[in-house]
Amino acid sequence: MTAHLPILQVIIPLMAAPICLILKRAKLVWLFSLIVSVLAFSVSVLLLQQVMTSGVISYELGGWQAPWGIEYRIDKLNAFVLLIITSISTLVLIAAQASIEKEIPKDKHTLFYVLFLLSLTGMLGIVATGDAFNVFVFLEISSLSAYALIALGKNRRALWASYQYLIMGTIGATFILIGIGLMYQMTGTLNMQDLSQRLPEVAATRTVFVAFAFVTVGLCLKLALFPLHLWLPNAYAFAPSIVTAFFAATATKVAIYLLIRFTFSVFGLSFSFTTIPLQTVFMALGLIGIFVASSTAIYQNNIKHVFAYSSISQIGYMIIGFSLSSVTGLTSTLLHLFNHALMKSAIFLALAAIMFRVGNVQLDNFRGLGRQMPLTMAAIVVGGLSLIGVPLTVGFVSKWYLLTALLEQGWWPIAALVLLASILAVVYVWRIVEVAYFKEPLPDRAPVKEAPLIFLVPIWILVIANVYFGIDTRFSVQVAESAAQSLFGVSL
Amino acid sequence: MNLSLELMLQLAIIMPFLSTIGMVTVGRFPNARESVTITTCLLLIYLVVQLYLGLSAGESIAAFWWELLPGLSISFAIEPLGMLFALIASFLWLVTTCYAIGYMRGHNEKNQTRFYVCFAIAIGAVMGLAFSANLFTLFIFYEVLTLSTYPLVTHAGSEKAKKGGRTYLGILLFTSIVFFLLAIVSTWFVAGTLDFKPGGIFAKDVDKIVAGILLVLFIFGIGKAAIMPFHRWLPAAMVAPTPVSSLLHAVAVVKAGVFTVLKVCVFIFGIDLLAVLPTTQFLVYLAGASVLLASIVAMRQDNLKARLAYSTVSQLGYVTIGALLASSAGVIGSSMHIAMHAFGKITLFFCAGAILVTLHKSKISEMRGIGLQMPLTMGAFFIASLSIIGVPPTGGTWSKWYLMIATLETEQFVLMVTLVLSSLLNIAYLLPISFHAFFPNLSRFTSANDATCQTQNAQVSLPSFAIKEAPLPSLIAIIVTTLGCLTLFVYPQPLFELASAVLTGRE
Amino acid sequence: MIVGLFNDWVVVVLMMIGLYIVIAHGNLVKKLIGLSIFQTSVFIFYISMAKVDGGTAPILADGVTQYSNPLPHVLILTAIVVGIATTALGLSLVVRIKEAYSSIEEENIQKQDNKALKQSAMEQQA
Repeated sequence: MTAHLPILQVIIPLMAAPICLILKRAKLVWLFSLIVSVLAFSVSVLLLQQVMTSGVISYELGGWQAPWGIEYRIDKLNAFVLLIITSISTLVLIAAQASIEKEIPKDKHTLFYVLFLLSLTGMLGIVATGDAFNVFVFLEISSLSAYALIALGKNRRALWASYQYLIMGTIGATFILIGIGLMYQMTGTLNMQDLSQRLPEVAATRTVFVAFAFVTVGLCLKLALFPLHLWLPNAYAFAPSIVTAFFAATATKVAIYLLIRFTFSVFGLSFSFTTIPLQTVFMALGLIGIFVASSTAIYQNNIKHVFAYSSISQIGYMIIGFSLSSVTGLTSTLLHLFNHALMKSAIFLALAAIMFRVGNVQLDNFRGLGRQMPLTMAAIVVGGLSLIGVPLTVGFVSKWYLLTALLEQGWWPIAALVLLASILAVVYVWRIVEVAYFKEPLPDRAPVKEAPLIFLVPIWILVIANVYFGIDTRFSVQVAESAAQSLFGVSL
Repeated sequence: MNLSLELMLQLAIIMPFLSTIGMVTVGRFPNARESVTITTCLLLIYLVVQLYLGLSAGESIAAFWWELLPGLSISFAIEPLGMLFALIASFLWLVTTCYAIGYMRGHNEKNQTRFYVCFAIAIGAVMGLAFSANLFTLFIFYEVLTLSTYPLVTHAGSEKAKKGGRTYLGILLFTSIVFFLLAIVSTWFVAGTLDFKPGGIFAKDVDKIVAGILLVLFIFGIGKAAIMPFHRWLPAAMVAPTPVSSLLHAVAVVKAGVFTVLKVCVFIFGIDLLAVLPTTQFLVYLAGASVLLASIVAMRQDNLKARLAYSTVSQLGYVTIGALLASSAGVIGSSMHIAMHAFGKITLFFCAGAILVTLHKSKISEMRGIGLQMPLTMGAFFIASLSIIGVPPTGGTWSKWYLMIATLETEQFVLMVTLVLSSLLNIAYLLPISFHAFFPNLSRFTSANDATCQTQNAQVSLPSFAIKEAPLPSLIAIIVTTLGCLTLFVYPQPLFELASAVLTGRE
Repeated sequence: MIVGLFNDWVVVVLMMIGLYIVIAHGNLVKKLIGLSIFQTSVFIFYISMAKVDGGTAPILADGVTQYSNPLPHVLILTAIVVGIATTALGLSLVVRIKEAYSSIEEENIQKQDNKALKQSAMEQQA
């Protein structure tokens, strides 16, 4: 059984999706998906344990030997990402039933879970596989279900957002496909590890350059790096709240994982960072992205928009850490991957709870919520503090690592700018706090009660995790650091 | 009780935090809630005094909590400067709480439970700050202090309070995140450690330019020390209820700021290094300018609390100057000034609050003759003013004395003139208040508000002579702190011993 | 050069045409058609990549020594399926957009959204 863990990770949710259709009854399907997600979570825990103790796991699909067959290859990096995805999906699913009851028509509930599980499958597949073409297939599985999930949103603008995402996402995925094709043309292999050994021989050719460019641009579209982020804010803002909570914490993370995987493992460090001016480009884009997105967030009135823009700016932090191409820099990126997932899922779940009670998340409707939904608002405040990077929250830990990484290479001005940008986070978080705690509720809004327990439990698990991993950093730092080290040491 | 000193140290930090649970549970019954608060205060003082005795006996007290990141730990250690700060803070917390009970009830404020809870968290943060063994721990509690005082500043919940709170939080978080955190990370990077060590942690051959830039970052980053141009939060925080202002201005926040400055100067840079850094001179002059300018601005304020706030800005400059002068007299003077100013300023704020609660007056121009209604309060105000100015028989004399000596020793004559000038300004903006209060008919007394006062005089007939003192708890608090000002003049010995032990690290 | 890389030229031209349509056309259905053309160009790229001059289908037979590479062909089957799914999903979205906005012109939809935004802003002020 344990030998088959890598494939189980992907196949469990994949198989569960059609079963949902048979079960039909929404409540039952919910319970079933929750169980599936818990199973996936336990698998990822086992995987991480196994990787940390006994090193890389290679699993040959159907017994076909790599590099001819498809290989699933789990190292510290993807075991870590798998854990992030499955834990968030489990927590988010707890609140799903209550939330979609208000936001999605009854006859679509079952389909929601089918799509959710397929999307989960896609993400897990992208991360678990060691085959470049397989990445594309799973990428499309997760994207297609994502488009459909977003289109389930109540507001008609969800349709438009979904359509735009579909166009951008497909272009991005096709770019990746072209890149993979060019790589295959040069090396005759699709296995990532095999690629990493064969690419250096042909690294000087223009084709490899072009392949690299296509893959990187395609991924940047997927991970919403400024200025390719335009699809994200509306997609997050108008999707059903649960979907937002799930995607905000996982979808862009998966794309960042892929970027790391391709630049570090497949193309190799020396090619990615010395032959191509990746560092300058990414650092500039990351920095501009942080500032532009944070300042835009300040002027939004839809709170989901605020945090969607904040997500784009947080991606900037990850990209800056990544662009440093140092162990510390990459550690900070991986840490932030984990930490940002914790903060954003907590915040968006809290927003889902507010959506459940109030019906929308316009800033004006937050008036008086500090008193009416104290626990939910407290969760947003803690999440916000974490976004700002206040000590004893996870945000501080990743910021600390990013700063150390920047100073290590003497980027003083960038370090100062990064800190300056956190002040912008203070502004957009505090705008919400002020309205929620200091303004009397709107006269025409009926007073609301605190969110039901089914929301509060996952929200507060995440909030506590935000603080816990901000204090006890052993787990996250150890995993992130050793994953970063292994990427720099022996590639794959 | 037979607690080990180590345990007591940790209790002193945790207890205020734990007491909040008690306050929230009995929050509905004001009397029960307030007894929880008072009990905590008393216990805290007991603990701190025990710790002081332990320190005097030569014991080394330290505690280690948790290693957050490799090499970065939350740990505590007691040294004289922190002890001094903790003693003042814990004692004045008790007094302030007494005062607050009278004030909040007299004023019928809302959300009193939240108020006391935040108060307790703030004081817990101060304890953690005072006892922290490294810069990292200090930074954590520094931020906790900022966040926990935000609800206190915006307590009123009005538009004005919100605006003040925004400035307060904005400036404090901005400076602490952009400059202070950057300075800490850089220090960690240059020196490889953040532990406080007597004599500093930088290597002998550290690049003077880099260290100089770091010093600038630190001084600007510690926004709580209110060095111009980052002083705006202090007057902005005046919207808070008076007990909060006194806590902010005399005990917790500003003192945490200058305490941090002292800590950084003495234990991170070390005064030997400080003396040779290229930027020190610039910063000393900046602090000097801050002292003078704030005094001048204070003279132009008609709102009593605003005037006191600017006076605080100016007095904080003294401490920073003392720290930056890099001489032992300077450090002693600064450490003592933390205590002296705390007692003086808290008394002044208490008086301002008492006047507000009983007579509903906040403008200085309206305060003619109130000494006849509130003789005790205004008497206390007079004595506290003397202490701030630095005239016998009050404690302020000693700290100013040492600061003057320090300027002489280091031959900073410009600064000496600045200090003297500022003391004169202190006289000009503080004394008229009590003089006018007691002698409403005194028409010619040099004051910035002369013109306004005279017009007021023409219109308003003299106030009645009926005595109407502040509520009893508040009055007790005022008297206690005033006596403190006087006692510190006669008996400054323990304080002086602590202050002079700062540099040697041990008593 | 031109003749030897004929297939590649076709791929590039189709790709550009497809992308151009996606960007330049306001009609949502036309955009999807552009997207399909764009994807198709990639399919052609994969298929022609695997073709070996003079090679046959990879079936073992006497006298045949040169085979075309079957793998990209198989891969692209998957990609074609994905492409169909994308187009289908996109079209169904267009149908629903038409129902919700009664228009499939980008400009018109944007205008309606902006109008709704302005209205809600006005309401807030009032």
